[in-house]
Amino acid sequence: MGFTRETDHGTLPALATGANVTLTIDGEHVTLPEGTSIMRAASLTGTAIPKLCASDNLESFGSCRLCLVEVEGRNGYPASCTTPIAEGMVVRTQTERLKELRRGVMELYISDHPLDCLTCAANGDCELQNQAGAVGLRDVRYGYDGATNMGQPKDQSNPYFDFDPSKCIVCSRCVRACDEVQGTFALTIEGLGFGSKVAASQDDAFLASECVSCGACVQACPTASLIEKKVVETGTPDRSVITTCAYCGVGCTFRAEMRGEELVRMVPWKDGKANHGHSCVKGRFAWGYAQHKERILHPMIRTSITEPWREVSWDEAIVHTASEFRRIQEKYGRLAVGGITSSRCTNEETFLVQKLVRQGFGNNNVDTCARVCHSPTGYGLKTTFGTSAGTQDFDSVMQSDVILVIGANPTDAHPVFGSRMKQRLRQGAKLIVIDPRRTDLVRSPHVEAEHHLPLRPGTNVAMLTAMAHVIVTEELYDEAFIRERCDWDEFQDWADFVSEAARSPEAIEPLTGVRAEDVRGAARLYATGGNGAIYYGLGVTEHSQGSSTVMAIANLAMATGNIGREGVGVNPLRGQNNVQGACDMGSFPHEFSGYRHVSDDATRAMFEAAWGVKLDHEPGLRIPNMLDAATDGTFKALFIQGEDILQSDPNTHHVAAGLAAMECVVVQDLFLNETANYAHVFLPGSTFLEKDGTFTNAERRIQRVRKVMAPLNGQADWEIVQLVANAMGLGWSYSHPSEIMDEIAALTPTFAGVHYDRLDAEGSLQWPANDAAPGGTPTMHIDGFARGKGKFIVTDYIPTDEKTGPRFPLLLTTGRILSHYNVGAQTRRTANTAWHPEDRLEIHPADAENRGIKDGDWVGLKSRAGETTLRAQITERVAPGVVYTTFHHPDTQANVITTDYSDWATNCPEYKVTAVQVGLSNGPSDWQEDYADHARQSRRIAPLEAAE
Amino acid sequence: MKRVFISCDMASVALGADAVARAFVGAGCEVVRTGSRGLFSIEPLVEIETEAGRIGYGPVAPCEVEAVLDGTHRNYIGAVDEHRFFAAQKRFTFARCGIVDPLSLADYAAHRGWIGLDTARAAEPQAVVDAIRASGLRGRGGAGFPTGIKWQTVLDAPCRTKYIVCNADEGDSGTFADRMLMEGDPFCLIEGMAIAAHAVGASRGFIYIRSEYPFGIDAMRAAIELSADRVAPFELEVRVGAGAYVCGEETALLDSIEGRRGQVRAKPPLPALAGLFGKPTVINNVLSLAAVPFILSEGAQAYADVGFGRSRGTMPVQLAGNVKHGGLFEVGFGITLGELVNDIGGGTASGRPVRAVQVGGPLGAYFPPSMFDLPFDYEAFTAAGGLIGHAGITIFDDSVDMAQMARFAMEFCAAESCGKCTPCRIGSTRGVEIVDRIIAARESEPARPTANNGVLGKALYSRAPDRIDVSPSAQTTLLRDLCDTMKYGSLCALGGFTPYPVLSALDHFPEDFGAPAPALEAAE
Repeated sequence: MGFTRETDHGTLPALATGANVTLTIDGEHVTLPEGTSIMRAASLTGTAIPKLCASDNLESFGSCRLCLVEVEGRNGYPASCTTPIAEGMVVRTQTERLKELRRGVMELYISDHPLDCLTCAANGDCELQNQAGAVGLRDVRYGYDGATNMGQPKDQSNPYFDFDPSKCIVCSRCVRACDEVQGTFALTIEGLGFGSKVAASQDDAFLASECVSCGACVQACPTASLIEKKVVETGTPDRSVITTCAYCGVGCTFRAEMRGEELVRMVPWKDGKANHGHSCVKGRFAWGYAQHKERILHPMIRTSITEPWREVSWDEAIVHTASEFRRIQEKYGRLAVGGITSSRCTNEETFLVQKLVRQGFGNNNVDTCARVCHSPTGYGLKTTFGTSAGTQDFDSVMQSDVILVIGANPTDAHPVFGSRMKQRLRQGAKLIVIDPRRTDLVRSPHVEAEHHLPLRPGTNVAMLTAMAHVIVTEELYDEAFIRERCDWDEFQDWADFVSEAARSPEAIEPLTGVRAEDVRGAARLYATGGNGAIYYGLGVTEHSQGSSTVMAIANLAMATGNIGREGVGVNPLRGQNNVQGACDMGSFPHEFSGYRHVSDDATRAMFEAAWGVKLDHEPGLRIPNMLDAATDGTFKALFIQGEDILQSDPNTHHVAAGLAAMECVVVQDLFLNETANYAHVFLPGSTFLEKDGTFTNAERRIQRVRKVMAPLNGQADWEIVQLVANAMGLGWSYSHPSEIMDEIAALTPTFAGVHYDRLDAEGSLQWPANDAAPGGTPTMHIDGFARGKGKFIVTDYIPTDEKTGPRFPLLLTTGRILSHYNVGAQTRRTANTAWHPEDRLEIHPADAENRGIKDGDWVGLKSRAGETTLRAQITERVAPGVVYTTFHHPDTQANVITTDYSDWATNCPEYKVTAVQVGLSNGPSDWQEDYADHARQSRRIAPLEAAE
Repeated sequence: MKRVFISCDMASVALGADAVARAFVGAGCEVVRTGSRGLFSIEPLVEIETEAGRIGYGPVAPCEVEAVLDGTHRNYIGAVDEHRFFAAQKRFTFARCGIVDPLSLADYAAHRGWIGLDTARAAEPQAVVDAIRASGLRGRGGAGFPTGIKWQTVLDAPCRTKYIVCNADEGDSGTFADRMLMEGDPFCLIEGMAIAAHAVGASRGFIYIRSEYPFGIDAMRAAIELSADRVAPFELEVRVGAGAYVCGEETALLDSIEGRRGQVRAKPPLPALAGLFGKPTVINNVLSLAAVPFILSEGAQAYADVGFGRSRGTMPVQLAGNVKHGGLFEVGFGITLGELVNDIGGGTASGRPVRAVQVGGPLGAYFPPSMFDLPFDYEAFTAAGGLIGHAGITIFDDSVDMAQMARFAMEFCAAESCGKCTPCRIGSTRGVEIVDRIIAARESEPARPTANNGVLGKALYSRAPDRIDVSPSAQTTLLRDLCDTMKYGSLCALGGFTPYPVLSALDHFPEDFGAPAPALEAAE
């Protein structure tokens, strides 16, 4: 694929009214939807009208005055970007008079622009340069001795892009992109007239401003005024490849713009169905980890975790791995080994790891990190609706009237979708936020929640049941929908249950700490405000009643008829780029791909026929069970692809003990992560830039990941798994991931229509994609629930056993921040640390004052499970009695604190509720010091001796 | 006790009216503060109530109370209504201004106030809009767009929430009619807006007043409060500007009311369809809205009977600058420019010959006396390369340097540009620079030769600051090209009309730009 700029039609598409108008542009008859601008109409029919301030992701603005046209019968020269087409209109876009005017405007532009094109970073990729050429400017008669905005200092504070006001043409595209696309409103035009200039916040440096570094302004800039530092260093790209971001579950697609084998920049792809050309600081900029010096590029082995690593050849590493697993199985039994698939890897790679376990290890001991995040989603939605996935596509939010966000912080954790949600909120949709913290959505520029219910962590079920109480007792439910789509008897049982006085908002107010009137208001709004959509995150699932909460959400949606069309639904905001896919691919110990239970004879027979082995019909071990079994001495070897369970799983002490008890831990990863400190074999992994495959995002959208450069480690991850499998005698012969997908499609009914040629042609597919839904399925349960009748489940509130008391009086909850991703293995190895160099403990001023804690003080954070130290940040974002931290930095080890409590149905850990005490501290805890010591020892590498 | 009428208008106060009023109170008189009659050469004007009507003296100093009261004051005017300056007017809009106590509801009602509103409310909205169309009223802010058509668009817009916005951001130099009306007869504006609200189905209105009008702001706020019950359920609110001229442009004004940076919006959408807060909005000038009560109370025909061509009714003309009798003169369209300047205004205050008059504020064209037979009419002025604008006329004597005036036009545009569109943002600054070069060349002849010779010279020409052709003729060509770009390329009237004063100065006074003077009596 060569390098081509995407066509910019200049203005947004017209809102669909169904009506078309016919006009004449430069003598050609054109028929297009009414409301289309003249500029867009011309562009769609192949006529590029000169423009600088217009872009087809922004409202038309009409400031640059290059796009003037002549319209027969009208005075003057209307701007084609702001003038809609009309029936019978006769437009001329190219006349002598227009040439004069455009040249006159361009002459003014260039009279205040440096003429350093040849040495400018945007040379060859500059709209001003192109348009000056297009209008035929040959002379600037104003000279260069007049007033000028040139020579102003550059703002280089942002780690990823520079702002050079001297090159700014004040088109306001950056300001408008920040407002309209990102919704942060960080930029403005300061000053008046000739002195107008772009400013971040109150004329702050970009880094110090409210800017969230999403890159929308850089993308919007038509000159080199806002430009990526990497382009300044490297030069402009010469080819591009469309691929999918490997950070969160939004699944943004990007153009990886390359110069030879070097990645120059990632530019969000306009045709991306999940992101529509938008991005966040992680996907847009934080890919430098792929070339980070700490990346491991050679396989390594060691006999004990106290030894230094020894670099070995791929052959030796693979043979060693296979023989260790066979040895351990011979010694300890078939069930003594297992594997963990990665939500960070492709569907194909994930499928191969679970295949390795089921076919090669001969058991079902496979699990994935979804265990610790959205396993309750899988359970809860499968039970109530019949499918373990969200019901909508992201675009659905643009049809919502009421948006209910529970336990999710999309502007930090799913920022591109967060921006889209904010667009809808600015259009007038109402917002309800249920969250212990005052997240940005609760109140930020031009967005304010109608209701914020700041409940005590751990009381989700009580809260949602109280909302159901209001909906049922005030008869706000949708009886017709329920009678048609759900089981009416089950509904009545549930209605009786929620109607009990003990479940009223007034009765649970002491538990949740939220005023009953607010709960009633929120419930009424959700039930009666039009299309109601629920979005939730790990604040719902990572609780001892995570699955109950998911089902309580499903109950609300069914009771109000908010399922089965655009604008409504139940939508888990899935954390990792491919956590949906990893679950789909059979990563759970009880399920094959497509969520079919291992005890199902027909399914097993299908796989046995395909794989030529007998498969175990008993579910295998979940991650916590594997670790328990390891400490019991019955589980001895684990193959971990792309997951850092030591840092990410709860109760770090227990995880460490389990790993230490094994004889062979294989870690396949980019870096020597924390888990690798307990590993015996390290297989260097490849980044998403270095391999082909697919990711499935939170809206069940399967999208291509494309190799843009050769793997630095020499092998794509799927190839490594295949090498191990073949060393174990499995005889795999995949030559390309597309062949793996063909196998998935053949063995998985919901994926039957998924093939690479279709993905390449159509861009993406949302499963189910099969004969019943040949075009995929953007919205689920349209004509009926996947399971038949929607099932109401009684969700009794059972308080967690993790309770506050005199020793541990505060509740700790955890979460993520915009600039970092989960355990930070990637983002900590990028300049994103400029925004968040360490984890901090958010604490309310009242709680801080009681403990004599000042902002920035080192504090000890202690729970029943462990103790760590970090610095305090005093803020009213958290309520009194609640503290909060992120878990991005291994130095902090927030999961030393979290406990073994977990969801009753799925074992998803209760990360979100830990009773803690906080006090001033002098420095790192003993554990932190011991661990740091161990990590240092464990990361020693003895280099490969022989020439490779 | 004698009743004495003294203006509280800001201009009268600036001339000492407050001290005069205090002196009359001290002398035991009942002093009624009114708006100004509008002739500032006789302010502070003191009017004594007599059986023969109001007898005026002016200007009067505070120490001259006795002379006024005993009728011996040297500035005796006689019956004020019969004063030539006032008697020659057709006071439709300013009928009450200078006569009534601005904040007296009784005075207002006694002078045919509220009749228009009551008439309107007794009629269907469409009938009210029809009356405005029949009157021929056109937007008095400068654009001259038919008010009735604008109202019809808003009436027809299918939306429950609509707004009436009054543009009282009277920023043109030499204009003061809006201010005088708001200070002297605020209920008239309120009544006009209430009629508009009834006509289009709006329930809220905003009056956007420039911050430089503190008396007007106070008067409007007080009048809104006093008349709230009378105009209910229509509600009104004053919003105060922050000093930006461009906020007098209607869409920038709307942005400013909404709390945004006052920047011009691209049209469409028209404010009549998507105006304030995106809702259908009538946005009219003070004078347009203040003409409405007359049209409703006296009938559309009474208004339409006056005027010239397609310019119907009256225009409150404001005479300012170097003029002997400056002030407000409301008159039917069709009066000539010469009559206004010489007969009404009495020529220059300096006594020197009139050389130029600028009509329509800082963006209006300059006219030489040779064009004084131009009738005051939208179409006639457009044909003559000018505009009526807000009907401010600024008069200059023969000491004026028209190159400096052209420079001022560009400088004004540069100072007031919002910075949104390129022709205005950059062009105005470049315009100042060009005129500076012309002035410099004019004063230091001969002009430098150009270096535009040969290939190398041409290559350097476009890059080197000192090699551009700075001769007056080249710079004048460039100035005309720039004006062309600004006039046809700008987003709003600020950049689009700045060429009027510049080009008219160039056309009519070329000798000030280093070119030969036009032959006297040359055919236009």
